[in-house]
Amino acid sequence: MQKLINWVDDRLPIVDAWNKHLAKYYAPKNFNMWYFFGSLAMLVLVNQLLTGIWLTMSYNPSAEGAFASVEYIMRDVEWGWLLRYLHSTGASAFFIVVYLHMFRGLMYGSYQKPRELIWIFGMLIYLVLMAEAFMGYLLPWGQMSYWGAQVIVNLFGAIPVIGEDLSLWIRGDYLISGITLNRFFALHVVALPIVLLGLVVLHILALHEVGSNNPDGIDIKKNKDENGIPKDGIPFHPYYSVHDLVGVAVFFFIFFIVVFFFPEMGGLFLEKPNFQPANPLQTPAHIAPVWYFTPFYAMLRAVTVDLFGLPAKFWGVVVMGGAIAILFVLPWLDRSPVRSIRYKGWLSKIALAIFAVSFVILGYLGLVPATPGRTTVAQILTALYFLYFILMPFYTRMEKTKPVPERVTG
Amino acid sequence: MRKLIFGLVFAMLPAIGLAAGGAVPLDHMEPDHTNKESLQRGAAMFTNYCMGCHSMKYARYKRVAQDLGIPEDLYEENLIFTSAKIGELMKISMNKDMAAGWFGAPPPDLTLEARLRGESWVYSYLRGFYKDESRPLGVNNVVFPKVGMPHVLVGLQGLCAVEPNIGVHASVEPLSGNVNNADVCPEYALEGSMDGQEFDQAMWDLTNFLSYMADPVKVERERLGIFVLIFVAIFFVVAYLLNREYWKDVH
Repeated sequence: MQKLINWVDDRLPIVDAWNKHLAKYYAPKNFNMWYFFGSLAMLVLVNQLLTGIWLTMSYNPSAEGAFASVEYIMRDVEWGWLLRYLHSTGASAFFIVVYLHMFRGLMYGSYQKPRELIWIFGMLIYLVLMAEAFMGYLLPWGQMSYWGAQVIVNLFGAIPVIGEDLSLWIRGDYLISGITLNRFFALHVVALPIVLLGLVVLHILALHEVGSNNPDGIDIKKNKDENGIPKDGIPFHPYYSVHDLVGVAVFFFIFFIVVFFFPEMGGLFLEKPNFQPANPLQTPAHIAPVWYFTPFYAMLRAVTVDLFGLPAKFWGVVVMGGAIAILFVLPWLDRSPVRSIRYKGWLSKIALAIFAVSFVILGYLGLVPATPGRTTVAQILTALYFLYFILMPFYTRMEKTKPVPERVTG
Repeated sequence: MRKLIFGLVFAMLPAIGLAAGGAVPLDHMEPDHTNKESLQRGAAMFTNYCMGCHSMKYARYKRVAQDLGIPEDLYEENLIFTSAKIGELMKISMNKDMAAGWFGAPPPDLTLEARLRGESWVYSYLRGFYKDESRPLGVNNVVFPKVGMPHVLVGLQGLCAVEPNIGVHASVEPLSGNVNNADVCPEYALEGSMDGQEFDQAMWDLTNFLSYMADPVKVERERLGIFVLIFVAIFFVVAYLLNREYWKDVH
């Protein structure tokens, strides 16, 4: 065995890679439970890839056959129902895990210098993930798949001058049709997964170059022993690999409760109208995107005024795009001398709490039909969402921070 | 005659594409896929009364026979009325375009109906028909107003003369001891072969069968789920102990 390893290692630096990324990658020893979600996201990604490959073997990407082929998978394919539920539940689990992973970053300032690129790669992953989920959602060709795609693609039509042509170009037809289904299938199973995997590699390479942040936001590389090993660092393998196994067990327990007992999750993970084939002639009374898009959908609907001769819909799209775009510049908005929320002042703490609560309530508002009262609430929350970022350069500089300890705590 | 048909179709136009929504009160129905007798009665009821117009085109006869514990030869003899073989999909021969002419909209496939609308909706809808002369077929439905479907089960239930009490619980008057609303229909225009309770039971079986058809793997899925969770729980204990052992030397 050792000979084989040597033989390969002479030709490919596998020992070096193993050490750099696992056995001699020194991670801070004070990770808490928020640090499970990165490896869990990898786990869910693998789940999506594997179940996706097997689903592709029985799925029929055509307007005539898509819906029936999903039912064929659910009924006639051996273990098809399990593959499908793992994939559909995995999609929602991916977003839950990624949202918690991003919130961890916000809490502990993981986007701050020198981790700006890690954050940007992460945001790109999030963006591709949204495209991936959106296109995958059309594939079962149910009523909500169809009309959800119709609504989202029509949003591009709100862009002045080129909008209509752009949405026509995306659809490849004047309405969502088999052409759209086929290209979404190609993008969902080939193009976007490749981009996603590439970005995940970049995300991790960039992380391992500068090292992991920690709940104290301390740079552990400042305190090294005589061998050049950070005093507060421990090798990722075996310490965090066995540690993550515990997280995996807890995650799987919850995940499988959903997969085996509540695969529809009360209509959140699998929406009820999707048990009906797509019907281009019948618009559902209430079109709602899947839960992971609803915060942004609520922001889109919150914009109700026409401005500068452009319709409200256009400004809604601008707000929705801006809500995601502003996350990209986050590393340059935070002017705090400290990273972690533990040592930031109360202004930062309150701002983060308001931001998180706004995002969750917006998510709820995006699920339910709009009423004038709800729209007003959504408008206020959208403003709060943006204020978290716009005011960040000011409150992070103004507030009094606590002294950061020399060594990690807890 | 042609004029009459045209008139009928026109009168039914509002029913086309009318989705049941809104806040219609429903009678709660909790399906039980382990009750095979009920599912068998439901399957017989569906084949005899519904399958003339409604297909189950995503499901196969063979699977139903297997899951419900009906021997295949018995199933073929009694529950397949077409020339279909037992391994085939449960399709029907009604022509969609002609059906659209007769009813305003072609009768939908019902494989996933219980998952689309919910068991309580189906159970309430089946018991929600009543006499309404203003409608082209002389019947209406409290759960699905202006429904295009005739009251197929009129021979069993009879025809309710007034709107049935769907979503109203039976109650006992404390002084007289009279039971109110035990029957969904307080007054019949036509008597059927079943009494109120028998019909409720028959509709419960039918709904149970539709629920099974929409999600045939449910019983097996939940049975397996228990084992999977037990396995994960044991895995957790092992992972936890392994982690504790390694982390002993981290201070």
